[in-house]
Amino acid sequence: MLYVVIIFLFFSILLYFLLGGADFGAGIIELFTSTDNKSRTRRTMYKAIGPIWEANHMWLIIAVVIMFVGFPVIYSDMCTYLHIPLLIMLLGITARGTAFSFRNYDAIKDDKMQDLYNYIFVYSSFITPLFLGIVAGSVISRQIDPGATDYLSTYIFSWLNWFSVMVGFFTVALCGFLAAIYLIGEAKEQFDVKRFTKKAVIMNAVAVGFGGLVFIAAEHENVHLAHWIFGNPVSLIAVIAASLSLVLLWYLLSKGNTKVIRILAAFQVTMILVSVSYRHFPNIIMVKGGNNLSLLKDHAPMTTINDLGWGLLLGSLLILPALGYLFYSFQTKTKQE
Amino acid sequence: MNDFIAARSQMALSLGFHIIYSCIGMVMPVFMAISNYKYIRTNNPLYKHITQAWSKGVAIFFATGAVSGTMLSFELGLLWPKFMEHAGPIFGMPFSLEGVAFFIEAIALGFFLYGWDKFNKWFHWFTGIVVGVSGVVSGILVVSANSWMNSPAGFDYVKGQYTNIDPIKAMFNAAWFSEALHMTIAAFAATGFAVAGIHALMIFRKKNVTFHTKSFKIAIAFGAVAAILQPLSGDLSAKGAAQRQPAKLAAMEAHFHTEPYSKLLIGGIPDTVNKKVNYGIELPGLLSFLVHDDFKTPVNGLDKIPQKDQPNVPVTHYAFQLMVAIGMFLLAIGLLYFFALWKKREWLNKSWFLKLFIAATPLGFIAVEAGWTVTEVGRQPWIIQGVMRTSEAVTPMPGIHYSFYLFTLIYFTLSLAVVFLLSRQIKMVPELYDHN
Repeated sequence: MLYVVIIFLFFSILLYFLLGGADFGAGIIELFTSTDNKSRTRRTMYKAIGPIWEANHMWLIIAVVIMFVGFPVIYSDMCTYLHIPLLIMLLGITARGTAFSFRNYDAIKDDKMQDLYNYIFVYSSFITPLFLGIVAGSVISRQIDPGATDYLSTYIFSWLNWFSVMVGFFTVALCGFLAAIYLIGEAKEQFDVKRFTKKAVIMNAVAVGFGGLVFIAAEHENVHLAHWIFGNPVSLIAVIAASLSLVLLWYLLSKGNTKVIRILAAFQVTMILVSVSYRHFPNIIMVKGGNNLSLLKDHAPMTTINDLGWGLLLGSLLILPALGYLFYSFQTKTKQE
Repeated sequence: MNDFIAARSQMALSLGFHIIYSCIGMVMPVFMAISNYKYIRTNNPLYKHITQAWSKGVAIFFATGAVSGTMLSFELGLLWPKFMEHAGPIFGMPFSLEGVAFFIEAIALGFFLYGWDKFNKWFHWFTGIVVGVSGVVSGILVVSANSWMNSPAGFDYVKGQYTNIDPIKAMFNAAWFSEALHMTIAAFAATGFAVAGIHALMIFRKKNVTFHTKSFKIAIAFGAVAAILQPLSGDLSAKGAAQRQPAKLAAMEAHFHTEPYSKLLIGGIPDTVNKKVNYGIELPGLLSFLVHDDFKTPVNGLDKIPQKDQPNVPVTHYAFQLMVAIGMFLLAIGLLYFFALWKKREWLNKSWFLKLFIAATPLGFIAVEAGWTVTEVGRQPWIIQGVMRTSEAVTPMPGIHYSFYLFTLIYFTLSLAVVFLLSRQIKMVPELYDHN
């Protein structure tokens, strides 16, 4: 049952990255869209994510709940050492979620207020995945130092280091890429398809650039990232699969395909997550001094894990069909219009 | 401000705001589903407009409730890491189920808000019902987690170790039913009166009177029934507190001395130094009767509880008095409404009658906050009653007061934004819904 819980944890994090990430990305795309085209982007985006908006962000809640029920020591350590980036991420989530809803549910659509909502929305769409990435980078960066005695090395340098920050920017670029690929399929006019394709190219290039910087920063901070990724066959295959699928994605896109490329983009992100986490599984938090926290060791008592596992299995029987139907029906209904 | 007080204030602030968003987020979908039902049945477009107007309110509150809930699930760890480290595996079960219920609510809300005229009307109506039901279930689950802190169960605590953990037993602890019942009824009462009050104000101003009258009727029916039922569940809660948390009950009543024919106290200013109450009305024997069903058996007072295990008496007492006073007032005007409906229909449009309900708009929520204060402050100094002290649970990170100031700013901004948006929604009612 422990593995069931771990699989749920992995999938909720993955789905939050993919679905929530694409939502963030939509805001990032809007941020980097010229003023003339902003409202076009917004319309496409609203159509695409309006109905599924709230549901996409539920995956984070599921992941957090699994963490604090199933892996309380890991959760409380993260919350202690990464208090500040988690806090900033939360502020981002709050600002963003409310700004998105408010701009749609403000009964009077005057420019002044709409501009304010848009402004909050696009900047928090950028900040939130940045800090999400920083948190993700920090847990594997070995910079968390339980032996530290001063404020800076306990609560600041645990996350403010080149590696974590580069992972943060890499995450932002990936979100932008996911969103651009997604929006290509939602765009109604050729003009928008072209625009989103261009955005996808840029985001792709930026992601590759920051990916490279992540490796350099890893060397600089003594994180054995290259060794984790290229030192074992599973991670290596995952990386190769991701690269090949990227080539395939661009080929299909040039042929005008809009649906398969979504799957390929999601596949790439999945492979990146697999290749990074495979080597150090079951360890999830790498700390200075080597007392790493492990999903297989630092979990709640088995009675709790069993109940949690059953809860998640039964819950997913309710959630998954309903969610699937939500996605499916709005895909087909928007097409009919 | 020291870090411990800052952490407690931040938690209190976050929960204080979240409780409002989530009460409205779980009760308004029920109103929305009722008026949607009426629309499908009568085909009167007015009901469709009411449903749509309310659904916008629901969307605004759901979004705010969802983010403040996400924030809270992190704040538990950010502020109380030691508590979560030990309590997470024991009382986490309702949270994980709540995650499921909340997820379903979000999916159903997606269908409801964006599904007008796209689905079979009964399917669309059903998704609205699902929003309401899963909202109420979420609320019950979260309160059940809180009740575990008041009435810990499902583990053995031996020499500082938590063993024999049983999350299901923890979830169905002795206090869960009375607490969940009390909170659910409170949510209906507070939301019912708040929504009714806003519509009463619009009737009073003679704006879209038919629209607002129909809305008023649906909301007040729930609010009034809930207010009438609430004292029964309150009695259950108080009896439970007497049994499991004598310090809380004693603080609620400012009951300093254990003696036969224990007095029920109305009002009064507790003097904790001299251990007496000034200016209160004391009803001898009544507290004994309410707790033990006979007038003589003494109710344990604060003298039975070591000083270091006592909550803040004046705060708990005043909050309790405020909650009860408001509860009684809402009960009275709830009865008055039904009386008017039955015998004096003409009252319903009288300005004194409307003013009464306009005045009641915020009261239910003030009572909810007061009740929440009673249960939380009354549990102190414990975070897990009798097991872990709140001061042992707090994060070691210094500088929490900055985070508290930040959260204060955010919650006030958010609330201002919500009020602003709702007022604009109400202002636009004539333009948006008057074209039939």
